[in-house]
Amino acid sequence: MIEPLHPALILLLGSLLLPLLPNGYRKVLLLALPVASFVNLLGIEAGMQWTISIAGFDVEVLRTDKLSLLFGYLFHLAAFLSALFAFGLQDRVQQTSGLMYAGAAVLAVFAGDLIVLFVGWELLALTSVFQIWARRNERARGAGMRYLMIHISSGLLLLVGTAFHYEQTGSLGFGPMALDDPAAYLILLAFGIKCAFPLLHNWLIDAYPEATPTGAVFLSAFTTKVAIYALARSFAGVEALIWVGAIMTVFPIFYAMIENDLRRVLGYSMINQLGFMVVGVGLGEGMGVNGAVAHAFTDVIFKGLLFMSMGAVLFRTGHINGSDLGGLYKSMPITTGLCIVGAASISAFPLFSGFVSKTMVMAAAVDQGHLWVWLILLFASAGVLHHAGIKIPFFAFFAHDSGIRCKEAPSHMLVAMGLAAALCVLIGSFPQFLYSLLPYPVTYEPYTTTHILTQLQLLLFSVLGFTLLQVFKLYPPELRAINLDSDFLYRRLFPGVVQTMVRIGTPVRDQVSIATKRWLNHLIIIIKRLHTPDGILSRTWLTNSSVQIILLLLSIYLLYYLLQRLP
Amino acid sequence: MIATHLPILQVVIPLMAAPLCLLLRRPRLCWALSLAVSVIALVIALLLLGRALSEGPISYALGNWSPPWGIEYRVDVVNAFMLIIIAAIGTIVQIFAPRSISHEILPSQHTLFYTLYLLFLSGLLGVTITGDTFNVYVFLEISALSTYALIALGRDRRALTAAFRYLVLGSIGATFILIGIGLMYMMTGTLNMADMAQRLQPMLDSRTALAALAFLGVGLTLKLALFPLHIWLPDAYTYAPTVVTVLMGVVTKVWIYVFLRFAFTIWGQEFVFTEMHLQDLLVPLSLIGMLAASTAAIFQRNVKRMLAYSSVAQIGYMMLGVSFVSQTGLSGTIVHLFNHALLQAALFMALGAMLLRVGSPLLDDLRGIGRQMPWTMAAFVLGGLGLIGVPLTVGFISKWYFILAALEKGWWLVASLILLTSLLAVIYIWRVVEVAYFQQPDPNTTPVKEAPLSMQLPIWVLIMSILFFGISTKWTAGLAERAAAWLFGGGP
Repeated sequence: MIEPLHPALILLLGSLLLPLLPNGYRKVLLLALPVASFVNLLGIEAGMQWTISIAGFDVEVLRTDKLSLLFGYLFHLAAFLSALFAFGLQDRVQQTSGLMYAGAAVLAVFAGDLIVLFVGWELLALTSVFQIWARRNERARGAGMRYLMIHISSGLLLLVGTAFHYEQTGSLGFGPMALDDPAAYLILLAFGIKCAFPLLHNWLIDAYPEATPTGAVFLSAFTTKVAIYALARSFAGVEALIWVGAIMTVFPIFYAMIENDLRRVLGYSMINQLGFMVVGVGLGEGMGVNGAVAHAFTDVIFKGLLFMSMGAVLFRTGHINGSDLGGLYKSMPITTGLCIVGAASISAFPLFSGFVSKTMVMAAAVDQGHLWVWLILLFASAGVLHHAGIKIPFFAFFAHDSGIRCKEAPSHMLVAMGLAAALCVLIGSFPQFLYSLLPYPVTYEPYTTTHILTQLQLLLFSVLGFTLLQVFKLYPPELRAINLDSDFLYRRLFPGVVQTMVRIGTPVRDQVSIATKRWLNHLIIIIKRLHTPDGILSRTWLTNSSVQIILLLLSIYLLYYLLQRLP
Repeated sequence: MIATHLPILQVVIPLMAAPLCLLLRRPRLCWALSLAVSVIALVIALLLLGRALSEGPISYALGNWSPPWGIEYRVDVVNAFMLIIIAAIGTIVQIFAPRSISHEILPSQHTLFYTLYLLFLSGLLGVTITGDTFNVYVFLEISALSTYALIALGRDRRALTAAFRYLVLGSIGATFILIGIGLMYMMTGTLNMADMAQRLQPMLDSRTALAALAFLGVGLTLKLALFPLHIWLPDAYTYAPTVVTVLMGVVTKVWIYVFLRFAFTIWGQEFVFTEMHLQDLLVPLSLIGMLAASTAAIFQRNVKRMLAYSSVAQIGYMMLGVSFVSQTGLSGTIVHLFNHALLQAALFMALGAMLLRVGSPLLDDLRGIGRQMPWTMAAFVLGGLGLIGVPLTVGFISKWYFILAALEKGWWLVASLILLTSLLAVIYIWRVVEVAYFQQPDPNTTPVKEAPLSMQLPIWVLIMSILFFGISTKWTAGLAERAAAWLFGGGP
């Protein structure tokens, strides 16, 4: 029996090998490493704890239970599918960083203490941003930069929170936390940023659509799911999360409805799906967390499938706006079919994977008597069907014929999508396997008459609604426009408000602000004057003035010592 | 038999090799000789550390004149650690040197370079190993004079003025140190450190003691380049040949060691810190140094000068660590002596490799270098991350100690200033990264090749050690903690 390695080790070290290899080997290794790492992971059982000592500190690099193992399996699956989808890629940067990104996610979910979590957390940010930068244009560079800044800040919040937590409790343990001190709030905020809580969600909408076709598939799988894992680990059962999650399920629907960029639509629907998971986490141990985790599992697969199908469209046509696409089913029939499977899964049609997990969260809400939450989730489910279930395939592959004729997606992409689609159907039809992996024992039975009927009614009426809107031409048209989201707050509104206040404020305040500005300008000028190569602190000193400084210092020392002697 | 004479061999071998080098004349032979001598010095230093660890301090009487009268060499954990730093950087530099000086030093002066290097090496090793204060001064002059000449080897004519200015200021520093030692000799009638430490205690009330302490303080902080006495450093670092710059990084560290030796072993922390409150002078100077030098680094257009200012900031960190007057802070300083030696050597060498190909250390001339010299630039980035203090690099270990020491004292402001200067480091490293990776090279220039293996190898050895000692700290931080405990115990 060979001792298993740390589950993240093969991915992290293996990815370092990638840039050294020629293209052919690199591709194969990109596929082989997740498999090898998965085989290694099978040797790891629940209940293990590995501690190593760094700088006299005991660091718990591995802690396994059913929760972390489930996410471990999931990330390996996602890494494999994404790698397969990206098989045609020749870009070392994307290949290396993609695999390292998966490794970072695995490192984070197996973290036994907050320090290791922090390392994984920052590594996630640093490695994932290359999936955006690899687009190699100005927009992607800007979006990647904003993405990186937000995620590094999230990591810093986590670090500060960790420091406070350590100061207060003397422990670095990554476990359940009570929401009663600043440390816990800081850590929750850090998780919340990565999890795209309302008003903290802009990075997702901003960055994911700018990623490369294959990069978006990688991105959709890891970052936010690590955040869900961290929430489930530390804040399960925090009531506020139920409402946060409920808001997350609703507000993106409106944006998604009017958005034109189809990958951005997927971004919004991602926040919506994350909302279900956050609600599940908020509902707490038992069915709530089970539902959240199960939904994370199915979401990675079907959201990956949808991002893959849109990636394939973007790869072949170079377009991703709904208004530029349409009629592609003629050119890409298989992609169309597979995309519809993904759409059916995200809309939670019975027999598709979304059904067995999403309804679990809703059932948990009902069980705990949260009627309003249940209604909101119901509304949100209908909304999902609209924007993700129908809009995506409809505008890309059907609708008006855009006249674009292209080739079917490359075979490795089709295989990756096919596998994901097969998993969607398999999990949807035979949920018991997924249920057996969940952290708490499952008593929930998805296929009861009530569940199926409720869901089908909901879905069919929703479809009817869409159809009627289309027929009567009431559906918001796909316009080439930019939608304002809450980043409007920090990009335009806040500066605008401040400026307006300054402008219409009293003359006194005007004076103050001018004075402040002037003062700040002066400060900057002074700093510059001091430090630029000709500045006093940065220029080459004449020998005699240097000697004067030495003498000055000598007299300071002498005087200082004499003063110490005075009683 | 030889084993008992290791302490003297440590100094004498390079000292004897220097004139031999001058006789050999052929640069390749000289190189082989100085590399061999460096390796031998490293081996001896390692053996000495092993013995100091297992048997306690080693005392070696020169010419069998027993200690208070004769010159004594004394090796304990603290200076054995320092000897290793000197010899290790010396060895790495020698591997790197031939290609680097082929471009930066006139061929006719190569022999001279190796000769001076050997003198320099014996000077620094001597300062570190000796247990005799006057001997410190003698070796100080040996190392300093060779440094002035080494700087003047730079092909930029400004190297001459930089060397001259350093000569003037360095000599003032050396004189101050000598005056300090002289005053101490006047009070105690002995030059042996251990002996002096005992005999000084009853004399501490005198004015002479104060004057001695002041002269030593100014002289030492000038040699170790603590703000505002760092003014000789940027020019010297910038215009010296790159290999010399790397070597000079060790000089300041040796002087920090000597500072520790005088403050803790000879004068005693009781007098220097508890009674004279030297830390109240050092803390503001270190902090201003950290901030001002880091900010100055941001505005530099010459990357070599930028790194020079960054070194000044790092010296601020180390002296800050001393002025916490706690074991944690002192451990931080000692471990940073080692860690920063690695970091600054790696960074300057990577820059030196670029200099070989591009011929200019100006930021504007390094546009797009990241794609032309991917390995070298990758090394520079990793070294930069270490300088910033990113976890898993050595820089993090040192910063961790400094912040811990600041928090132990409850100096929140200081702790946040340490973090702030790390942010400033992010900015100046990022400026290079941005230019190297995100800007297009000037189309009028011809693309350059990656640096040769003889340069890559030492650079990557350093980078690997930066990562290795960033993870496994048993030998660095572990030793530093022992050394700090040793100094705090007031051991001779």
